[in-house]
Amino acid sequence: MAAIIETSNLRAYYITKAYGVERTVKAVDDISIQIQEGEVYGIAGESGCGKSTLLKVLLGSYQPPLTVVGGDIAYHLEGKTIQADEMTEEQKQDLRWRQISYIPQGSMHVLNPVRRIRDTFHDFIGAHRMVTKKESFKLTASYLSDLGLPEKVMTSYPHQLSGGMRQRVTIALATILWPKLVFADEPTTALDVVVQRGVIQMLKEVQQKEGSTLVLITHDMGVHANLADRIAILYAGKLVEEADTETILQNPRHPYTKYLIDSLPSLESREERVSIPGRPPALDQPPAGCRFHERCPLARDICHTIDPDLIEIAPGHRTACHVVEEELSHAPAV
Amino acid sequence: MRQPSKSQAPLLQIEDLSKIFHIRQGFSSQEFHAVDRASITIDSDKPEIFAIVGESGSGKTTLAKMVLGMETASEGTLRYKDRVINDIGKREMKSWFYKEVQPVFQDPFAAFSPLKRIDSYLYETVRNYKITPRKKGKKDAGEYINAVLGEVGLTLAEIAGRYPNELSGGQAQRVAIARALITKPSLIVADEPVSMLDASLRMSIVNMFRKLKTDNEVSVIYITHDLATAFYAGDRIAVMLRGWIVEMGTTEQVLGNPLHPYTQNLKTSIPSINTSDAWNEKIDLAVIETDEYTRTGCKFAGRCPAVMDICHNNIPPSVIHEGRSVKCFLYDDAAAKLQDAALPA
Repeated sequence: MAAIIETSNLRAYYITKAYGVERTVKAVDDISIQIQEGEVYGIAGESGCGKSTLLKVLLGSYQPPLTVVGGDIAYHLEGKTIQADEMTEEQKQDLRWRQISYIPQGSMHVLNPVRRIRDTFHDFIGAHRMVTKKESFKLTASYLSDLGLPEKVMTSYPHQLSGGMRQRVTIALATILWPKLVFADEPTTALDVVVQRGVIQMLKEVQQKEGSTLVLITHDMGVHANLADRIAILYAGKLVEEADTETILQNPRHPYTKYLIDSLPSLESREERVSIPGRPPALDQPPAGCRFHERCPLARDICHTIDPDLIEIAPGHRTACHVVEEELSHAPAV
Repeated sequence: MRQPSKSQAPLLQIEDLSKIFHIRQGFSSQEFHAVDRASITIDSDKPEIFAIVGESGSGKTTLAKMVLGMETASEGTLRYKDRVINDIGKREMKSWFYKEVQPVFQDPFAAFSPLKRIDSYLYETVRNYKITPRKKGKKDAGEYINAVLGEVGLTLAEIAGRYPNELSGGQAQRVAIARALITKPSLIVADEPVSMLDASLRMSIVNMFRKLKTDNEVSVIYITHDLATAFYAGDRIAVMLRGWIVEMGTTEQVLGNPLHPYTQNLKTSIPSINTSDAWNEKIDLAVIETDEYTRTGCKFAGRCPAVMDICHNNIPPSVIHEGRSVKCFLYDDAAAKLQDAALPA
């Protein structure tokens, strides 16, 4: 398996200047990840931790004040390596939707309210392929029925469909050109459990059918558990832990990940669950040292001053924590 | 110890409460039962958290609005401390009922005006309900407000003079709950109070409801679509589907061993963090929601895995089965006999 997209030391800041006051929000700070072809890569974290910013940068669709200040992104598509910052606007247009696709947050509001669903599909397909209306309708109809959506949808307007149905139509729209790489930003937030399950089921189907790569962003660990192969945990713009789903859920090492998993209520017990004390730091003035130290129960002196490195503690399991690092150095070599 | 006496009136008694909306299309008009004969009783001798769960469009919010007097009921009666409040006068509603029953809404940033300082809402509530003597003025009120904010883990100094956008979602929701606590209510109606919040903040709010129940003896109607927190916080639970209460009982019973096929469906749809429990079988989703509302017979018949002939044309009765009430023919003895007779031996 080869990487389809990789970043090294990626930094993306929101830089604003108003009335001479400069403000820099470090939303993505020094992130290096490799996403393998054909996997489902989950990105988790609280709101304001930089999940959506990372996605925008990975997609190459950002505008000032968001600026990439360091590091690079490389796509490996069709046997070629493309550096994201060297791409021209035409190249981007060519790649987008055909190769790299995106299911935006709150995607039930993205459909054009005054066009029927089939016309939206035609606009979309027509922009990338030479097709007649008849051909694109046929393609749409067969794809929608493959995904188990009723035929009635084709001639409906968006307002006639329920939220969950619109969400599924948007997923169909984003994947109809068989992209190799799909980004999904909170695809199930604001849906209730039964509908959420239907949407996850469909994402899984699309991904497995085509063997495409899915990058899934959500704060819901339950969704990650059901869909993701590997999970990255972001905290305040930093990658704090990355491992396969099983390891993250059963054996998390970073104290933040532990909190995140422990605070989840379950149907098995009604015992008191702890919630994480405090709140995430403001990213324009992140605390010195480890960004989690203010809320961390294990914080030592070193955590207040020195930012921990992301180290590999087991094959495929990376975490950034001084305490874990220390424990490992004391552990007898196996 | 207080003896539970029969004579003591229940805190809230909802009897066959319905809300009917009319949908007009041209000259024809269709009735639409957003809430269909709901009956819930909350006792006054022991505070409890009563959870109402269901998918979007199941009528949970309409039910809450009727309890809060924001929506008039089409049918049925609503009793609070043994007084019928369906058509209580506006003045009394304000001076007595709203002091007793307080709301907390979904989006704290929509509940507070962005142009007003957030502490002004607290002072206003104190003033409107004359909680502290007016003569003593702002200082006394401030002390009282600080004490109430302490209940939700905040201090007045933290929020004084701040606008809503300066607070995090969790903080703003805490202020909303503190505002509801100012009148010392006996019942809080919380409509999706955590669905806008992150998973980590969610638990701190839900934990707070648990604390309020034990420490302040406040009953809470907790409306949510998140079954996990409903199970965690709720003492009793009602599962709603298209205006019906399909299953109601203690949370251990209803979610531990759900009987109604819809509740079973809901329970298996919660994404579990145990990867071994990943979903294997597929589920059907409702295609058009309004179709289910106008269905004759059981509203779940179109999606039910255990559907019988009788379900399509007859409305199932609510029967008591294993200590909870279930609205399903599967547990109705009379229907079971009919079904058996229809089957060839």
